[in-house]
Amino acid sequence: MRLSALLLGPVLLVNLLTFLAPVLNLASLSFNEARPGGGIGPGPTLATWADLLADPYYLELVTSSVGVAAMVTVGTLLAGYPLALFIHRASARWRNLLMVACISPLLVSAVVRTYGWMVILGDNGIVAAALRWLGMAKPPRMVFNLTGVAIALVEILMPTMILCLLAGFGRLNVALEEAAASLGAPPWRVLLRVVLPLSMPGVLLGCLLAFVLTVSSFITPKLLGGGRVILLATEIYDQAIVTLNWPVAAALSVLSLAVFGAALLLYGRILRIVEA
Amino acid sequence: MKRALHGVVIAALFLFLLAPVLLVLPMSFSADRYLVWPPSGFSLRWYVALAQDAGLMAAARNSFVLALLVCAATVVLAMPAALVLARQRFRGREALLAVLTAPLLLPTIVLALALLIIFVGYGLIGSWPGLLLAHLLVALPYGIRVLMTSVSTLPAGVEEAASSLGAAPWSVFQRVTLPLMLPGVAATGAIVFLVSFDEVVISLFVVGPQLTTLPVAMFRYVESRTDPLVAAVSALLVLLTLAIVLILERAVGLTRALGR
Repeated sequence: MRLSALLLGPVLLVNLLTFLAPVLNLASLSFNEARPGGGIGPGPTLATWADLLADPYYLELVTSSVGVAAMVTVGTLLAGYPLALFIHRASARWRNLLMVACISPLLVSAVVRTYGWMVILGDNGIVAAALRWLGMAKPPRMVFNLTGVAIALVEILMPTMILCLLAGFGRLNVALEEAAASLGAPPWRVLLRVVLPLSMPGVLLGCLLAFVLTVSSFITPKLLGGGRVILLATEIYDQAIVTLNWPVAAALSVLSLAVFGAALLLYGRILRIVEA
Repeated sequence: MKRALHGVVIAALFLFLLAPVLLVLPMSFSADRYLVWPPSGFSLRWYVALAQDAGLMAAARNSFVLALLVCAATVVLAMPAALVLARQRFRGREALLAVLTAPLLLPTIVLALALLIIFVGYGLIGSWPGLLLAHLLVALPYGIRVLMTSVSTLPAGVEEAASSLGAAPWSVFQRVTLPLMLPGVAATGAIVFLVSFDEVVISLFVVGPQLTTLPVAMFRYVESRTDPLVAAVSALLVLLTLAIVLILERAVGLTRALGR
């Protein structure tokens, strides 16, 4: 027992120093007030929270972040589901190769992948060149706005979604699909009534992860949004680094944790309904 | 007809998924001064420019050294914890595991801000110990998880056999457990190296003017201008990732290493 404690000690100490203490400190900082020039006033006070909750700008920030995250989640699911199903049904030899191809982008830095989308979507990028070649005189702008950010986020989150979906597909059973088909169900109905319900746990987990990762995404909206796409995470960065208003940044952090908590609760609710 | 359509959709989705990673390769050989597709010609000028960019090169060196330090520290810290957590059943074990892996569940931007505020007070901003601690925060959960899987798949009874033959605990670990766990240690090293080498959000908050990492330097570069220089860095990073993916695939299988 003493030995176990000794073996766990170092990890717990690092966790305490870099995780528990800083996060608790951050939460408590939201009950202080910022002073001009980056100073912090004495606490505890509800002033920061009162300002934040009374300001329609921040309310809109939360709702627009949640809206963008919901949109990206749906896009990621629609793009990921067919691929995951294809991989699941591939022969064993192909499946491994396809999975490595799908998951490897997960290991490439978000900066690199976002930059890749700048190459594709930029004003002189590949999509613009293709549209010009097709005869469009002035292709629509796809960088420094929400369109580009949403497209890139869908792609960046696809590997995570596919991993979750593949884990959920373990419950699929070819015999059930064949039974439905032999009883006269057309393929789309088999997909909708047999395959989709059975894979719901994977779908839900994938959606949860895509949602929370979008809410906390920072690199992609910052670079591809060019300062015009403001989400919770980019606002936290601006408040902390540019404006030097730490109490507001701390309160926004707590707000984004609340959004996470709400998503988690909703996930649990829906999962229970689906499983029932 | 329907099959063909299905095939086209699948191919298009694969293309969509891999396009940004693959397209930086041809772009890195562009001869143009700006990001233009198609490039008017191909050259190595951006690789030459990269080699002459002192800031990016220094940042790359820092990232490399840091990732190695993080790998070593993660294995040394997480190995004993993984042995205990995978084998012992005690009260509060679940809670302990939850706390240890919680950093992966919270938004990185929140962790980054929390660290910034603490680090400022202790003068750890822009310092090696600060960066190492910050990276350990996200590396340890991966290390603990992968090593725990590795411990639980050890063949049963070999260690008992060694100790019943009179080997002391430390020599059982050194002569039996550790050699058997080498694939797990390799997988941990590969994953943690990539986690550290690619980490950008937390680093962005804790680096300083004297000490920065490659992803942060790239982020700052892309923020201010877009030319093919970053494509050259990206191409090299994609190749590095590919090499590490191959190591992982050889050691334990990528899907098993990342399957949660």
